[in-house]
Amino acid sequence: MSIDATARIVADRTGLPVLAGDGPIALRRTRAHGPGHRVTVVGAMSAPLGGDRLAIEAEVLDGAHLTVDSAAATIALPGHGAEHATYCITLDVGEDAELHWLPDQLVAARGSDLRMRTRVRLAPGARLVLREEQILGRYGEEPGTLTARLTVHRAGRPLLDTELACGPGAPGGWDGPAVLAGHRAVGQLLVVDPVYEDRPPEPRLLGPTAALTPLAGPAALVTALARDALTLRRVLDRARQDVLGGLHGAHSPGRP
Amino acid sequence: MSRATLLVLADGRFPAGGHAHSGGAEAAVRAGRINDAADLAAFCRGRLHTVGLTSAALAASAALGNDPVELDAAADARTPSPALRAAARRLGRQMMRAARATWPHPLLDALAARFPRGTHQPVVLGSAARAAGLGAEDAAYCVAYETISGPATAAVRLLSLDPFQATAVLARLAPETDAVAARAAAAARDGVDALPAASAPLLEITAEEHAAWPVRLFAS
Repeated sequence: MSIDATARIVADRTGLPVLAGDGPIALRRTRAHGPGHRVTVVGAMSAPLGGDRLAIEAEVLDGAHLTVDSAAATIALPGHGAEHATYCITLDVGEDAELHWLPDQLVAARGSDLRMRTRVRLAPGARLVLREEQILGRYGEEPGTLTARLTVHRAGRPLLDTELACGPGAPGGWDGPAVLAGHRAVGQLLVVDPVYEDRPPEPRLLGPTAALTPLAGPAALVTALARDALTLRRVLDRARQDVLGGLHGAHSPGRP
Repeated sequence: MSRATLLVLADGRFPAGGHAHSGGAEAAVRAGRINDAADLAAFCRGRLHTVGLTSAALAASAALGNDPVELDAAADARTPSPALRAAARRLGRQMMRAARATWPHPLLDALAARFPRGTHQPVVLGSAARAAGLGAEDAAYCVAYETISGPATAAVRLLSLDPFQATAVLARLAPETDAVAARAAAAARDGVDALPAASAPLLEITAEEHAAWPVRLFAS
């Protein structure tokens, strides 16, 4: 029996007028470390299984700050039928609003088949910190099939659109020297901030298989490959500290 | 469509500057990831199904006459590496010069006027195909094939690889190139936002590294 579930979050300046889990996706309001509200996604069971259609929709209204994280990694597992599972994330961030979307890893376990689709719509004055990590198989295991597309629009224009397909059901060459070259962990950290309009970040390498690049719009993207989840997280955590530290300087008045 | 016209546009000797680019092969050779014909085949196959599909669909969409401003933004969003965005625009400018001389057309004049610093090469190639009377699938074929022929030619120079072996790699990828071109042309009919966005993380990362080398054989 497959599951069809959509969890919803709405954050405004004063609170969380909508916080509605659904099916295997439970949402908990947790203590925020910084300004604004924090929500932790608690997977009540291992999901998604083949055939499941899961979705999370989060909306951060004008002026609100929201952080969403998760209690554990999400593990895609095979289902009973041959049908793939879908996982759709839709994020809307308003004027002068800020969203930190920091879930744990998505693990494509052996035999799983998941299409993940993340769509982000940002107002011109919105700020975003978004992390995505895909792990190909549990420890020492062959990966499942995973297609993950991330599409970000800002002020109605495309800012970033990338898709990674890997695993036995993906087109050929995904594990080869142009795409993943044997790495089993791949991640992205996207930071969008209007401050970058005037001062775009400098491109730089963060190791042999990681780079920070300025996008064509006001955003920095870190793309990283690593041999495992832990190494990947270290690279992305360090990059996040670096990038947000630089932004904090840019936001403080009176600094050059 | 004229098959001979397609051969002119698809010819590796078409003077559009493509020979100066390795499609990421130079960085992959230096990193030890391409050592022989088998590695080259895996590299080309990965490139074909990622940036090959994405670029071929952009070209097909331009050949259908979709708004080049929208396509330029779509290409930017699909190219996180600034080094690769710059290379695509440089190749676009060179393709534009060659195409306007080869197939003079108001469409190309308008595109050149709209993007004085160049737009992404697949957008120009698709427009050139349209100016030459070719179709969306023709444009997709040109780009899909060039996605793999560029690195194969470069590998011959970089590794002193046997040119017969490099060409055999391309020939063995022909059925997959057919499939990618067909998929790209079909996707182009669904609107600009629905264009494929398949990407190759390692090509994006190593392009940045490669652009910083003081001495290199290829521009990208």
